[in-house]
Amino acid sequence: MTEAPRFLRPVTTPSADVGMAVTFEAPLPLDCGRELAPFTVAYITYGTLNADKSNAILICHALTGDQFVASDHPLTGKPGWWITMVGPGKPIDTDRFFVICSNVIGSCMGSTGPAEIDPSDGNPWGLNFPVVTIPDMVRAQKRLVEHLGIDKLLAVLGGSMGGMQELQWAASYPDCVRAVVPIACAARHSAQNIAFHEVGRQAIMADPDWQGGEYLLHNTKPSKGLAVARMAAHITYVSELALQRKFGRALQNRDAKSFQFTPDFQIESYLHHQGASFVDRFDANSYLYITRAMDYFDLAEEHGGQLADVFRLNSASFCIVAFTSDWLFPPVENKRIAHALNAVAAQVSFVEIKSDKGHDAFLLDEPEMFATVRGFLNHAAQDLS
Amino acid sequence: MSELRPDLAAIAAMIRPDARVLDVGCGDGALLEHLKTKNVDGRGIEISQANVNACVARGLAVVQGDADTDLVDYPAQVFDAVILSQTIQATEKPRAVLDHLLRIGRRVAISLPNFGYWKVRLSLLTGGRMPRTNTLDYSWWATPNIHLCTLADFVDLTRECGATIVEAHALNDNGTTAKMNPASLTHGYLGPNLFAQGGVFLLKKS
Repeated sequence: MTEAPRFLRPVTTPSADVGMAVTFEAPLPLDCGRELAPFTVAYITYGTLNADKSNAILICHALTGDQFVASDHPLTGKPGWWITMVGPGKPIDTDRFFVICSNVIGSCMGSTGPAEIDPSDGNPWGLNFPVVTIPDMVRAQKRLVEHLGIDKLLAVLGGSMGGMQELQWAASYPDCVRAVVPIACAARHSAQNIAFHEVGRQAIMADPDWQGGEYLLHNTKPSKGLAVARMAAHITYVSELALQRKFGRALQNRDAKSFQFTPDFQIESYLHHQGASFVDRFDANSYLYITRAMDYFDLAEEHGGQLADVFRLNSASFCIVAFTSDWLFPPVENKRIAHALNAVAAQVSFVEIKSDKGHDAFLLDEPEMFATVRGFLNHAAQDLS
Repeated sequence: MSELRPDLAAIAAMIRPDARVLDVGCGDGALLEHLKTKNVDGRGIEISQANVNACVARGLAVVQGDADTDLVDYPAQVFDAVILSQTIQATEKPRAVLDHLLRIGRRVAISLPNFGYWKVRLSLLTGGRMPRTNTLDYSWWATPNIHLCTLADFVDLTRECGATIVEAHALNDNGTTAKMNPASLTHGYLGPNLFAQGGVFLLKKS
């Protein structure tokens, strides 16, 4: 096992905290039957681990997120993706808690993924990288948490795919986590969500620069395909109301329709921007792998479809947070988790926050979400030394 | 800990130590928190998000939801007691809600305002307008209480639902409670149905 500050791609922000990475030699068994050895987990920590190691909180990131939860992003220079939630005095208070955030395996910010070098032939993995699942990601996180000397996490927190990882934590390691806060997520990926992901993957694979997944060998980049994938996905992250309010039918830098196919509408130009900025920071194959992991997620599958059975005898306390206008992971899906937990007498709270910001609300300024998380964590941590 | 509302204190006295309890419409969690002193394993359902947040901050397990729509998702007979305080009159389908409560809990503790209270009757009789009292202080067009009843009406409903009244208490104007004989509520014009501001009942399925 080796550990060093490590970052694989050029850092554009000189001051950026690129975090740490740990490489494990012992193989990571994967759901697909293969194993990864060695494998690397890139991560960042904030705050100080207390003497009895009881104040550790793991934050799980979403599909295109990363470990830079409260640090400037080293490629884009933008502030951390949950800077409103994590920091000194924030709901996840780094003056009080030891906060860990790691890049999921299969991603592209330092943890082992398809853009990394396959040690067997010295070339980038590409599509030779094994298909990973949410349980695989969590297995890798567990190794990191053990490496940091922590037996039991005070809490796991995150939104969207982060929430899926949390539920998996509770299912796989029920004795290793005291509080679980899944936000805007579900216990399974719906048919509609799989459908949107497939549109994104097909857009990437239809780009000639994708080169059968071997674009790194050919020095190309399927930027057009990846941008389209991001554009389609981005629509699912926001609500119709928010789009209508923000853009309506307003035209972009022109007084009249152009009768051409250049972007006339502000919403078009906005989506183009979302796509274009995304390709600078994300790897196309990682996008394929991580969307696949989400599609495969169905927590109840191993329990004959009975979600409640997943949580039988679970001693963790859960606080599930949903947003009214989230149509990607609608409140009803979040609530299903609460009902399953209720059915087995687990400690569960469920909060449905009124917001018109859609799925992305969990990343935005939502005072009620902050109040919920702060109150819940305060209580969970009340007997900390 | 602040003092419990009289009806909640009466309900709390009905709950056995170590019981598993579901409080439907648990508000800010005052009763559930009080029941912790009896080592009760309490859960709540609450419609207001601000109240749910207050409960979560108290370390209570509370699900934001609506008694009218969410009780159907709870399995049968998993709770020793289910509580519904000052809420049944605000539900859309009181009969369906009561049926669910009797299905989910082995005992059901309910408190409700009494529309047969003499001040209410007098107010309507003499004023000729929809009564407003301390406990029912709303204009008719703004009240959340869409299914008001008298204690006698409620006793009739418990029979309809196949429930037995295990205990009944009258809630008096001055905040005191007094045990009542459910049989005294069969006649609607006198007795507690006239003199009690509200009632607290402990029910079980017959």
